[in-house]
Amino acid sequence: MPRPATSRLDVRKTYKLYVGGAFPRSESGRTYAVVDGKGSFLANAAQGSRKDARDAVVAARKAFPGWAGATAYNRGQVLYRVAEVMEGRREQFAAEVAAAEGVTARVAQSTVDTAIDRWVWYAGWTDKIAQVVGNANPVAGPYFNLSVPEPTGVVAVLAPQRSALLGLVSVVAPVLAGGSTCVVLASEDRPLPAVVLGEVLATSDVPAGVVNILTGRTAELAPWLAEHRDVNAIDLCGGDPEQAVELERSAADNIKRVLRAGEPDWTSDPGLLRLTAWLETKTVWHPMGV
Amino acid sequence: MPFDYAPAPESRAIVDIKASYGLFIGGEFTDATDGTPFKTISPSSEEVLAEVSEAGPSDVDRAVKAARRAYTGVWGRLAPAERGKYLYRIARIVQERARELAVLESLDNGKPIRESRDVDVPTAAAHFFYYAGWADKLDYAGLGPAPRPLGVAGQIIPWNFPLLMLSWKIAPALAAGNTVVLKPAETTPLTALLFAEICQQADLPPGVVNIVTGAGETGRALVEHPDVDKVAFTGSTEVGRAIARAIAGTPKKATLELGGKAANIVFDDAPIDQAVEGIVNGIFFNQGHVCCAGSRLLVQENVYDEVLDSLRRRLGTLRLGDPLDKNTDIGAINSAAQLARIRELSDVGESEGAQRWSPPCELPEHGFWFPPTLFTGAGQSSRIAQEEIFGPVLTVLTFRTPEEAVAKANNTPYGLSAGVWTEKGSRILWMAGRLRAGVVWANTFNRFDPTSPFGGYKESGFGREGGRQGLAAYLTRGGPGA
Amino acid sequence: MSTGTLPDVSRDDASLRAFLHGLPGVDQVGAEARAAMLSTRSIKTTSKQWAIDTAISMIDLTTLEGADTPGKVRNLCAKARRPDPGDPTTPQVAAVCVYGDLVATAKEALGDSGVHVAAVATAFPSGRASLTVKLADTKDAVAAGADEIDMVIDRGAFLSGRYLQVFEEIVAVKQASAPAHLKVILETGELATYDNVRRAAWLAMLADADFIKTSTGKISPAATLPVLLVMLEAVRDFRASTGRQVGVKPAGGIRTSKDAIRHLVMVNETVGEEWLSPDWFRFGASTLLNDLLLQRQKLATGHYSGPDYITLD
Repeated sequence: MPRPATSRLDVRKTYKLYVGGAFPRSESGRTYAVVDGKGSFLANAAQGSRKDARDAVVAARKAFPGWAGATAYNRGQVLYRVAEVMEGRREQFAAEVAAAEGVTARVAQSTVDTAIDRWVWYAGWTDKIAQVVGNANPVAGPYFNLSVPEPTGVVAVLAPQRSALLGLVSVVAPVLAGGSTCVVLASEDRPLPAVVLGEVLATSDVPAGVVNILTGRTAELAPWLAEHRDVNAIDLCGGDPEQAVELERSAADNIKRVLRAGEPDWTSDPGLLRLTAWLETKTVWHPMGV
Repeated sequence: MPFDYAPAPESRAIVDIKASYGLFIGGEFTDATDGTPFKTISPSSEEVLAEVSEAGPSDVDRAVKAARRAYTGVWGRLAPAERGKYLYRIARIVQERARELAVLESLDNGKPIRESRDVDVPTAAAHFFYYAGWADKLDYAGLGPAPRPLGVAGQIIPWNFPLLMLSWKIAPALAAGNTVVLKPAETTPLTALLFAEICQQADLPPGVVNIVTGAGETGRALVEHPDVDKVAFTGSTEVGRAIARAIAGTPKKATLELGGKAANIVFDDAPIDQAVEGIVNGIFFNQGHVCCAGSRLLVQENVYDEVLDSLRRRLGTLRLGDPLDKNTDIGAINSAAQLARIRELSDVGESEGAQRWSPPCELPEHGFWFPPTLFTGAGQSSRIAQEEIFGPVLTVLTFRTPEEAVAKANNTPYGLSAGVWTEKGSRILWMAGRLRAGVVWANTFNRFDPTSPFGGYKESGFGREGGRQGLAAYLTRGGPGA
Repeated sequence: MSTGTLPDVSRDDASLRAFLHGLPGVDQVGAEARAAMLSTRSIKTTSKQWAIDTAISMIDLTTLEGADTPGKVRNLCAKARRPDPGDPTTPQVAAVCVYGDLVATAKEALGDSGVHVAAVATAFPSGRASLTVKLADTKDAVAAGADEIDMVIDRGAFLSGRYLQVFEEIVAVKQASAPAHLKVILETGELATYDNVRRAAWLAMLADADFIKTSTGKISPAATLPVLLVMLEAVRDFRASTGRQVGVKPAGGIRTSKDAIRHLVMVNETVGEEWLSPDWFRFGASTLLNDLLLQRQKLATGHYSGPDYITLD
């Protein structure tokens, strides 16, 4: 009797979109091959279409009132839970990052650890940002006057092209921390860590539609989001520099709040830039009198 | 057939109380070297729960040394984000062991399980979550760039909200980078000792948190210890005064959260049913053992009868009894000493000519109990309108105009909190602008949140706990002028 | 007569408005917090047994569908008389609630069981029809033998401030309903604020309603605990003012025993035991009955039951 083979065939993952809390394929049926730093095949990722983008915006809009209306404490709890679940998948993320970015296992691990800690950092902001950027205003009259930050709504995010996990986390978490929802275009060539992040979000009490992740061709999908009138803001971070000006012009149609293209050093202190970019300020007056 | 609620007891089985407890110093439980052990009892039955060590002066010294070692060796050098993660761990474990903590709190303190389960423990967890997030964001706290911790904090907490007061002290102190030696009240040490176990489960570096049990002498030793940089105290104004005197001339910084005699002001256009709930909550929540309790009802004279009738009717539905019964609203008075004080002041009220009223109330045979009580016909100069009773006793006064309400509310050496009930927004804000109190509740009462600063004016103390402002107690400013 | 010691607030629209708008306001957050606190009461063992049986005896077992047939109504009536064929100690429900044109069928099916027939009327659920039509609707149901009439107020008139019109309609329907009892449905989901709920409740009671009812059950939200709290407070205050006791019926969205028990706790602690009987408190429900039976079976046998052990209808 021959001995059974000792190596076990792995069950490979399918990488789909993450929209409205579910994992659908692209309605176009398209996929594209994702390769690693050396050009070896990793997986077929869904190639999102404009209709997928449209559906993602609908999902993000639907999720907005619930997420914005949750208490800051609740949002912080949810975001901390995301970090807990990410921590549990440290090795999986490290493998994805190493393959996607073509770095050593050690560098990948360090990147993943920073990404998890970045998520924890933003979890801690939900119930503090109002205290840092909001305030009472001493107007010259018998009026109580208070300025408070509020989430802007649906934010389209063009995730960084090169930093497939840390950069991704750094552009997505601040949207959520402030109470907005998002449609994220993952890095075109390095999309797989984003899909795994979607799996984490789906199992971490993040309500369906708060984050929607599309994989595909950035240049094809970005204009649809930049022009979309039900998108309130756009982070052009990972956008094609050739397209950036055109995207900004399109975004002007409904006066979107825009962050321009370009990637900072993701390991440095993020500061308040992305946290405050997606916040409006509401000022309320009320007379004081018997 | 009347709808009497059958007993609905929360099980005690979830909590494992040891026969005796040592002190928690340097990450371990250790025997006290000097000091006489004492017992902690359940005030609802007078049953002995456990024997607890008294930390003598050399034990306090050991604890402060352990805190100092941890501060210079570990905690003071740790990356802020890592400090935050320890606090997140602690918050999570408090949530995980929430039921156990709630049952233990109700047993040791006497408060109803509904309150410890729905208020004390969840709010304590929330405090740890909130301050965990500040640890690596101190540059944004409005205290200048790179504010620095103070060092070792000596913290003394009262018996009315043992675990919650512990969280109000430890969470911000640790987030800011300090280490602590905390003394729980002598009648309620058990949840602090369980918290010590939680610190171990979180792998908190030894010496960052130290728990020294004991009474007044232990507290004095801690306050006077030369290597304590910061004293944080919550308790009576009398002891607060003594502490302020003791640290005079020393480099020690202090924050004090002391007594109160808050006015709960009800206008004629108040939402009456909710105002009655607010009055009841204001003075009978936690058996009135609340520094910010609405212990003076100031009701506008033209709605006096209506409000009092509603209030008396509502008091008739309060359920007094076994703290572990889920339907209990009013639990036991924390100690024989406190009960004696409440009785004494109530007798004073009667002798001053006020009319005393309580709903019919069956008091259990064992334990320390006092029925919810109203005094009407008192005046501003009555002792029961001036002195803090710290029990379920409400003194009722009247006023005619908003100015008079403000004047009467402010006419006290205290200034911790106040309540305002009116449907008119501008009046709420006008009143809030004039009330000399650190916390003003409008159309609500006794609401606490880790993001909301809490603390008093005048003899109710100084310094704030909670919110961004709460960090100032545990940091020195960075930048120019620092 | 019905206003008791109150001055004649219903003499004109302005007086009625002044009275209703002069009632104390309701703070939403405070009312909801009180309702939430009452929901933490833990009702066990003997109290739970009592509460389940009491709740069953308070049900107006309801079918109000376009597709209702005589067969459907007969089945419902059989269930109303004998909710659990496996346990004859189970109490009967208080009433069966149907559309007016099925009252005769229900009446015959219920016989002399003592279960009442309640009919919805006045162009239920919308209330959008002329007064003539609404009164004819009412009279038909009474003629067919209805013991109780559940009418709807004109919410359009209420929300546009025509309080006197709402008042006069209720008075007219009350007259047309005699000798049946009149329940007045406020449709609190459309009234939107607790202040409006309080005002509408007082308006209905001033107009001589025997019962005030939260909802038609046809829109969401239907009955909620804070709304019930406000209505119970109104009923309590009305009795204190006039000496007259008015009943309360929450309807719609009450599906579980836990919900029902929370309602009874709220009645107990807001207006007291006098209202804890089918004469003064009803549940407008359909699926609730089966959940109460499941809980009843669990208390009787000690183990959890299942849908196979209770009848569909």
